[in-house]
Amino acid sequence: MAKFWREDIETMSSEDMRALQSERLRKQVRHVYDNVPYYRNMMDNKGVAPDDIQSVDDLKKLPFLSKADLREAYPYGLLAVPLTDCVRIHSTSGTTGKRVVAFYTQHDVDLWEDCCARAITAAGGGADDVVQVAYGYGLFTGGAGLHGGSHKVGSLTLPMSSGNTERQIQFIQDLGATVLCCTPSYAAYIGETIHDMGLSPDDLQLKAGIFGAEPWTEEMRRSIEKSLGIKAYDIYGLTEISGPGVAFECCEQKGMHINEDHFIAEIIDPETGEVLPDGTVGELVFTSITKEAFPLLRYRTRDLCVLTRGKCACGRTLVKMAKPMGRSDDMMIIRGVNVFQSQIETVLIEQGYSPNYLIEVDRVNNTDTLDISVEMTAEQFSDKMKDLQDTERELASAITAMLGIRPKVHLVSPKTIARSEGKAVRVIDRRKLHD
Amino acid sequence: MDTIKQFSIFVENRQGKMAELTRLIADAGIDVRSLSLADTRDFGILRIIVNKPDETEQLLTEHGWTFKVTKVIGVKVPDIPGGVATVLERLDAANINVEYMYAFVNRKPGEADMIFRVDDRNAALAALREGNIAVLTAEEAYDI
Repeated sequence: MAKFWREDIETMSSEDMRALQSERLRKQVRHVYDNVPYYRNMMDNKGVAPDDIQSVDDLKKLPFLSKADLREAYPYGLLAVPLTDCVRIHSTSGTTGKRVVAFYTQHDVDLWEDCCARAITAAGGGADDVVQVAYGYGLFTGGAGLHGGSHKVGSLTLPMSSGNTERQIQFIQDLGATVLCCTPSYAAYIGETIHDMGLSPDDLQLKAGIFGAEPWTEEMRRSIEKSLGIKAYDIYGLTEISGPGVAFECCEQKGMHINEDHFIAEIIDPETGEVLPDGTVGELVFTSITKEAFPLLRYRTRDLCVLTRGKCACGRTLVKMAKPMGRSDDMMIIRGVNVFQSQIETVLIEQGYSPNYLIEVDRVNNTDTLDISVEMTAEQFSDKMKDLQDTERELASAITAMLGIRPKVHLVSPKTIARSEGKAVRVIDRRKLHD
Repeated sequence: MDTIKQFSIFVENRQGKMAELTRLIADAGIDVRSLSLADTRDFGILRIIVNKPDETEQLLTEHGWTFKVTKVIGVKVPDIPGGVATVLERLDAANINVEYMYAFVNRKPGEADMIFRVDDRNAALAALREGNIAVLTAEEAYDI
């Protein structure tokens, strides 16, 4: 069984990697400057010319891109090749108004799938394996990415998509799936269902799982590993940069190796934008140095994490990122969907409610719960129970239409939600997602 | 005067809220003549009829309770089997929709008073009169 998918890259010396990154970066900055007017203007405004970027050390001279830029440039403003050269799009799950759409050439799809192939290989998957892909297929990158990676390594691929748990389990059993790819909460649910059906991990061939797209804890990892009789590997990615496989975990299970031959990672101070040294907590920033269609330079992920360098016990030299330990904005990931506090607030105000509300997020039986308490005005109060229940239901539906997931809405009396001096606490996240 | 003022008060389902509200009313020397509670997991609506409606309205407003004053009617239901059914049939025949109803505390033997919240009070009162069913006046309800 191969240990690496691309041993030359995955175990490359740091000097060689820097040289490779610098060469690719130079080319990429020129490509973006010549083909993306939106970013060219940003560079011109900052007084940076493509020739100013000679190596990775010059990266810090480039302007940052944020999600707001992606929305502003929607849909084609950051596209760097003619549309006829593109073969696919994917789109982000969470929406504040406009979606973010990312474009791919065949080359971009190939490099992305190659990154996923590295993740599958690191999890012990190969040509003899049966890979069950239970991530959603469609605009979401989860299904397509692992599907393509599984093809690359030559595994038998079961394109299940998410849902229909009994059928998932039937295929795991009947077709002898050895590697399961899905969100960690779905893996936990499959594990519980297997137990409820009276099956034990010994009845299954599963040996590994590749789980990502939402935050999960070390405790949850151990529980999934036990319920499915597998080793569980974390995977990281984002649609803006490509999808899952931007970084992947090895057998050491101590951080994820970033595929830095394609994506240069930096950690910055979210307030000042200053680059921080390795080992410091800050916001993760990625620069795509090989993508053709949608090459983002210095894209701010808003994920807070730490980078560590040095040779890993697995043999890889690729820089490692810790599990993200939070966000530098108001985004929460609830049931795999990106949710912003500001989206919820927008709906409440549109529907005529006071901006005094409390969002409570928790995880019960491995499923995220979202509860929103809203202060009711005297005019909104009715002495008919049915009216109040309808009010709660209508508000829950309006929020569902915005977020894509359904909250529980609770009406409370005016002035009962605590006012705080200064910055109000509007979100309580009781999930223990970060150890 | 045949319509009675009822207070419908929003009470969150939290420990001590109901005690807090009833203590507030008691300390103001207001007598609760009748009481009903509708509740869900999250909240309840306490419906009360009191002897001093004006003072109660002022008190609840001052203390920031969310409430509505709702007009209801009281019916003197004959205290015999089928008494309530007769009243409801009479209202139903007149196409009157009953939103909710509850018993009213009364110490007179042979009479079981009830409070009805209906969509059309005047039509309901007319239908009851026609059926020779006596109604409770506001004065009787407030026990003035």
